[in-house]
Amino acid sequence: MLELTVYGIVYGSIIALGAIGLTLIYGILRFANFAHGDLMSVGAYIALFLIQVVFPLLGVPQERFGGTSFGWPLILAMPISAGVTALIAIALDQMFYRPLRARRASPVILAMASLGAAFIVRNLIYIFWGPDKINYFPGLYRPAWQLPFDVRIRPDELIIVVLAMGLVALVYFFLQKTKLGKAMRATADNPDLARVTGINTEQVRVWTWGIGAALAAVAGIMYGVNALLYPEMGWGFLLPLFAATILGTVGNPYGALVGGLVIGIVQRISTAWLNPAYQPAVAFLVLIVVLLVRPQGIFGGRS
Amino acid sequence: MALLEVQGVVSGYGGMEILHGVSLRVEPGQIVTIIGPNGAGKSTLLKTVFGLLSVKAGRVTFNGTDITGWSPDRIVRLGMCFVPQTDNVFPSLTVQENFEMGAFIRTDDYRARMEEIFALFPDLKARRHVRVGALSGGQRQMVAIGRALMLDPKVLLLDEPSAGLAPKMVELIFERIREINKSGVAIVMVEQNAREALKFSDWGYVLAGGENRFEGSGPALLQNEEIGRLYLGG
Repeated sequence: MLELTVYGIVYGSIIALGAIGLTLIYGILRFANFAHGDLMSVGAYIALFLIQVVFPLLGVPQERFGGTSFGWPLILAMPISAGVTALIAIALDQMFYRPLRARRASPVILAMASLGAAFIVRNLIYIFWGPDKINYFPGLYRPAWQLPFDVRIRPDELIIVVLAMGLVALVYFFLQKTKLGKAMRATADNPDLARVTGINTEQVRVWTWGIGAALAAVAGIMYGVNALLYPEMGWGFLLPLFAATILGTVGNPYGALVGGLVIGIVQRISTAWLNPAYQPAVAFLVLIVVLLVRPQGIFGGRS
Repeated sequence: MALLEVQGVVSGYGGMEILHGVSLRVEPGQIVTIIGPNGAGKSTLLKTVFGLLSVKAGRVTFNGTDITGWSPDRIVRLGMCFVPQTDNVFPSLTVQENFEMGAFIRTDDYRARMEEIFALFPDLKARRHVRVGALSGGQRQMVAIGRALMLDPKVLLLDEPSAGLAPKMVELIFERIREINKSGVAIVMVEQNAREALKFSDWGYVLAGGENRFEGSGPALLQNEEIGRLYLGG
């Protein structure tokens, strides 16, 4: 059980990174981004492209640290892929969503547009990489460490948790202390007043996409490291992402962190009794219970 | 030269025309109050001046610049700030963060200005790190006004600053508005508490049905019997 909790924390950290982006985009751009899971896939596959194609050409050293997957290839691939994914998301925003905003389209229309963007992105992945399940470092042996209380954890997983927490702390610092971060929170609070105050809301939107997509990319890469890459991977994350976002109160990035961890742990612990294939159903169940019992989420006050 | 001049402005929401050619003049340092029955177009006039609604005909001139059709974020840079009637604060931000957002377009050091505003609202100073959502209605109104003052505006547009406040708080807000005005900021406000507001206004306008009905100095409007009967509740 303790071991399942630890796995849940690892998986939950990945959900949390995706959910933070989803909740920021919802809060500031005011629509549900159904393409968010696919942004995770994009990040993972861009890293794959870098690791398998670009880095060997450039002669990046292949050694890894200890029993991990982490060597220069992965360490370099992460920020590059995050940056590229951010640019892709910003380009998608300018191409798809900005014209819709200019026409004052309703949130439902924007959400449907994001569903279309999700299909486009996923099918591009099919075209370029095919439907196979792929491993970043095929054939690499990554033994688990034996921790007290009979918990086994792979060094990779430990790094994933630490990295996720570090990124969350970074986002927290950004939102809490920087001018742009405060402007993002202000825009999420009251977009009309933000505009009246002179806040450059277009700039805020661009940064929201950039940060949300970069976090999604890192989450996608982490999932790829922890498991496998396949074109549907991000799509499969959509349900836990939305469950985490709603559980932690839509628009609240700190809530998304807590929501992600809770969903991750609940999903993993459920495998003690249920077939692991039912995990998405467990996330769905949590979502339904939250919507019935506390639709405003853990951190929602009166609205 | 007038600081703010509105000439024959026609405007409204979508296809519905609310203002049918309204004019208004504000001299530097004046307090100008707009009164009139519900639906007269008072708030519409402020929103139109500030660029939130498009001008279909007429002209708005501010400090010698024709700002007709400008967007709010450009108008703000010229030194005009607007406090909407509702939803005029960022509730999940602290008092100080609200003020920082008010100074968003400032690139210089605005800390001295912030302390001046805290000196004007001592109530807020003790609560500077409290989330504005947790404050009382009157305190929120002060945050909203303080936020707008961060840019050192030449003119402040206030849409019903006393709406929904307890009588004591109304008095306090009006007192602060007078103080702000004494520091050299011209005030244009829409008010339901018309009698109280006109007492300290340099000039007043009565709007009805989207048109100018009367204008005059505050005391003159208060003494006018017809205005008293029709618009000030006897």
